Amino acid sequence: MTRSIQTLGWIAVTLALTFAFGWIALNRGETINALWIVVAAVCVALLAYRFYSLFIAQTVLQLDPRRPTPAVRYNDGLDYVPTNRYVLFGHHFAAIAGAGPLVGPVLAAQLGYLPGTLWILVGVVFAGAVQDFIVLFISMRRDGRSLGDMIRSEMGQVAGVIAMFGVLLIMIILLAVLALVVVKALAHSPWGSFTVFATIPIAMLMGVYTRYLRPGRIGEMSVIGFAALIAAIYFGQIVSENPTAAEMFTFSGETLALTIIGYGFVASVLPVWLLLAPRDYLSTFLKIGTILGLALGILFVMPDLQMPAVSRFVDGTGPVFSGALFPFLFITIACGAVSGFHSLIASGTTPKMIENEDQVRLIGYGSMLMESFVAIMALIAACVLEPGLYFAMNSPAGLIGTTPDQAAQVISSWGFVITPEMLTQTAADVGEGTILSRAGGAPTLAVGMAHILSGAIGGKAMMAFWYHFAILFEALFILTTVDAGTRVCRFMIQDLLGTFVPVMKRTDSWMANVVATALAVTAWGYFLYQGVVDPLGGINTLWPLFGISNQMLAAIALILCTVVLFKMKRQRYAWVTIVPTAWLLICTLTAGWQKLFHPNPAIGFLSHAGKFSDALAAGTILAPAKTVEEMNRIIFNDYVDAVLCGLFIAVVLSMVVYGVLAIRKALANPNVTTREVGGDETARQATRLASRGARHA
Amino acid sequence: MHEAAMQEFRAIFSRLKQTGRLMVGVPCYDTYVAHRLANHPDEPVMTYEEFFRDRQDTRYGVKGGGMNRCC
Repeated sequence: MTRSIQTLGWIAVTLALTFAFGWIALNRGETINALWIVVAAVCVALLAYRFYSLFIAQTVLQLDPRRPTPAVRYNDGLDYVPTNRYVLFGHHFAAIAGAGPLVGPVLAAQLGYLPGTLWILVGVVFAGAVQDFIVLFISMRRDGRSLGDMIRSEMGQVAGVIAMFGVLLIMIILLAVLALVVVKALAHSPWGSFTVFATIPIAMLMGVYTRYLRPGRIGEMSVIGFAALIAAIYFGQIVSENPTAAEMFTFSGETLALTIIGYGFVASVLPVWLLLAPRDYLSTFLKIGTILGLALGILFVMPDLQMPAVSRFVDGTGPVFSGALFPFLFITIACGAVSGFHSLIASGTTPKMIENEDQVRLIGYGSMLMESFVAIMALIAACVLEPGLYFAMNSPAGLIGTTPDQAAQVISSWGFVITPEMLTQTAADVGEGTILSRAGGAPTLAVGMAHILSGAIGGKAMMAFWYHFAILFEALFILTTVDAGTRVCRFMIQDLLGTFVPVMKRTDSWMANVVATALAVTAWGYFLYQGVVDPLGGINTLWPLFGISNQMLAAIALILCTVVLFKMKRQRYAWVTIVPTAWLLICTLTAGWQKLFHPNPAIGFLSHAGKFSDALAAGTILAPAKTVEEMNRIIFNDYVDAVLCGLFIAVVLSMVVYGVLAIRKALANPNVTTREVGGDETARQATRLASRGARHA
Repeated sequence: MHEAAMQEFRAIFSRLKQTGRLMVGVPCYDTYVAHRLANHPDEPVMTYEEFFRDRQDTRYGVKGGGMNRCC
């Protein structure tokens, strides 16, 4: 009886999905309600979880509920703790959900809402969630070891070193591009700048509170901190309305970039409890709250999508990022569809807390499905805006000019109607001087969120508040990542340099610490500054590099998963990881190749350098450069970007080679060669006895 | 009936609280104490304050650590 009811339920879900997609397909050219996208996404997630993830769990991985997990075997009450699956789901989701899924889909909205939606849904089901799930599984079967460690032990020492070098490069470009998002959002915005700067003393106050006044009282601290943040937004408005104060908090992009670089250095050598930890608490809770709020907002307001299903920019001439739908859609939306970074998280703290093997499916596959909802919501938030407004906010000044009149004229010539009055009115509504060329996702998302949330609470009067709330939320989150990421980079650099200069390896050495931190900050600071002065707005250049690197890391993680499946003698099912690996390799290698060698200077780094070199040889100066020196710097930056892109390609290709070698070796051996721990019967019995003893005591 | 509902509510609230704390890297202190008492009865148990600091230092890699958050 229950079985047939369940079957009926799944048939209903499938019908709902068919209907939602049918509705979206039939209403091309007319506006559709965002709810249809939500319905389609929820149905896809339900079906994928119920059927595909079950297939992976039972048939491919053959999860064994009787096999003790590391949490059970090493239970120490601290790192290894068997944890309720829903609690752990929350922990894992909070760790994987970040700014990435909020930025990529906003940029990809230039192609229309349909390409992004389809890639997020297909990508998450067959690539992203599969990667998260299997990496979590293999790490759990290896006592929760890290990705680098596992690559080293399963694919060899050299492969491990190459992979870790790749991860360091990815971290650098990630930190640069995230910091750039903050710069783009805060430049010439006294309200935003004041609010975000205010978070530093607020966080420090909270740090002292949890360290000395009321140690460890996270809840209290967060409530006080949240109230202070709201106050900061309120005072930000007062600052922006006072000419003298507004002057003090109005910064150019260059100044902000240098400030963030300096801040990154100072913040990452301060004790963690003072700034990093309290801000992490605030940003984590704010992030979860905002995601829930946005979801409720979309369900409650049910906004119409204004963006066409497929825009004319699928041909690659779009202003937000350059390059055609293939491969650049699949690079632009990384997080939300498939994000290599998750493989670092899934081999971090989560595998050490799993209570039972059969819960890996919910935590690994399920959390990633949740993250895809975040990406879908970001896409919706961008697509509920008037397309003309969207392009005004996301196109570089080099294309649309710097005044509302110019911008409206250019964008209208693309076929998206917008008037200068609409642009100035929107800026006034959200309490900003201008909203032109605020690429980077955050401001667009903020206007979209303001649009949705003000429909739910507060109406137009609250729009400026919601806008700055969204900016604050993203900036707070990103600055925490910059701080934490710089520390991680520092450890990696110390580790790498320590091989040659042993004293560098000592994490307690003040000197080694400062040198490695300075190197880390210089590395990402270089790309950040380059992005800020870039005529194409920086995001245009750096986001594809970030996307390529993040997807390549995913390919590396999936190669590891494939190798492990072969070693487990499950090669019959290896297509589960081979298919997404192949797709990611095709996309990233094509995109990497085009970024290097594409004849269009807007896409290829080398042709861009060539264009400027030719001009220099002919004795002309090309905008935005004003001097020969600036021309030379642009050419130099192009070569740096090209080298970085080439390195990414080299890293991923060498991992393919090591992967193939490891697979051949596994095939040649008739036995299971995987290096799992804790599976044999003696260990199982010992644990059973120990846990029984513990229960009696 | 009323009592049962309250109990249910309290259980859900405590789970939510536990989730929120684990999200920022602080596992359940009561579980830790219970574990220490059951398995290492003759060893000292950290106070909540010590426990909190220890977890904070671990999460943010004071002794060198990995990335625990995503982009």
